Amino acid sequence: MKAGVVVFPGSNCDKDVFDVLKALDVDVKYIWHDGGKIDVDLLVLPGGFSYGDYLRCGAIARFAKVLEGIYEFSERGNLILGICNGFQILTELKLLPGALLRNKNLKFICSDCQLIVENNNTPFTRFYEKGEVVNFPIAHGEGNYFIDDEGLKRLKEKGQIVFKYKNNPNGSIEDIAGIINEGGNVLGLMPHPERSSSKLLGCDDGLKFFKGAIEFLKG
Amino acid sequence: MKALIDVTLKESILDPQGAAVKEGLLKLGYHVEGVRIGKHIEVELKDMDIMEAEGIIKDMCEKLLINPVIETYTFRFEV
Repeated sequence: MKAGVVVFPGSNCDKDVFDVLKALDVDVKYIWHDGGKIDVDLLVLPGGFSYGDYLRCGAIARFAKVLEGIYEFSERGNLILGICNGFQILTELKLLPGALLRNKNLKFICSDCQLIVENNNTPFTRFYEKGEVVNFPIAHGEGNYFIDDEGLKRLKEKGQIVFKYKNNPNGSIEDIAGIINEGGNVLGLMPHPERSSSKLLGCDDGLKFFKGAIEFLKG
Repeated sequence: MKALIDVTLKESILDPQGAAVKEGLLKLGYHVEGVRIGKHIEVELKDMDIMEAEGIIKDMCEKLLINPVIETYTFRFEV
C-alpha cells in the first residue's frame, strides 16, 4: 500500500500529513505538482494556499499537471483525501459537490474544533463510533461550506455528510465540516486530522482517521 | 478589444463582506438598502466579431473565471 502527498506551490501542511503516514509505517512519498505521477493507492491533497489562492481557493490547482489523471485515478476506486485547501481543490475539480465560501464572520479562524462523526461507514472513519466527538483543529478563512437545496438533499439521502461541527465556527450549511463522494472513495474536510495525530501535540484523535484508510487499503 | 467581467455571489448567497460594508456606510449616515461585493476581471482579446467574443467569454467564465455553484457574472466589451 502506497501513499502520496501532492506538493503544490503554497502547500504548507504537506509535511504534517507525510509525517503522520510515515509514523504509521506507510510507504509514503511527496508528489510534485508539475510532472509527478500518482502511482499510489492513497492520494492526499494537503492544506495550504496553493497558487496563492488566486481567483478562488483551489481554482488554479485544478490545472496542475499532476492532477491530469485524477478522474481516472478516482474512477479506479483509489482513495483521495483533501484536507482544508485540498477540500477546496476537490470541489473545484467537481470530485466533490458544493463550494467553500468566506467564513461568515470574515475572519481567518485558527483553533481547536470539535466534530461529530456523522458517518462511520467510510474508509477513513471506520474506526470511530457514529456520533463520536473528535477534536481536529481548524485553520481557514474560506471554510463556509455551501451547497444548494437539491444538492444538500442528495448528500443527506446518500449519507455523504461525514463530519459536522459541534459548534459551527464558519457558517457552513447544516454544520457540515466534511463530506465524501457517492462512490465512497473521495473525502474532503476543512479540519486537520494530521494536526491531531500525536499526544505530544495535545491530541491524537486524528490517528484513527489515517489508520482507517490504511487498514482499508491493506484489506 | 477588452472584455470587462463582473463577478458577484449569487443573490441567494449571503455576502458577509457586503453586509460589513453596508454597516460602515450606515454609520457614515448613508441610507443604503444593501451592498454586494464582487470582483472585476479584464480580459484582452484580439479584435473579433462581437458574437464570437461573447461566446468565448461565456465559455471562459463557465470553465474557470466563476464558480457556478456560488457565483454569477455579467460582462461588456470595450473596443
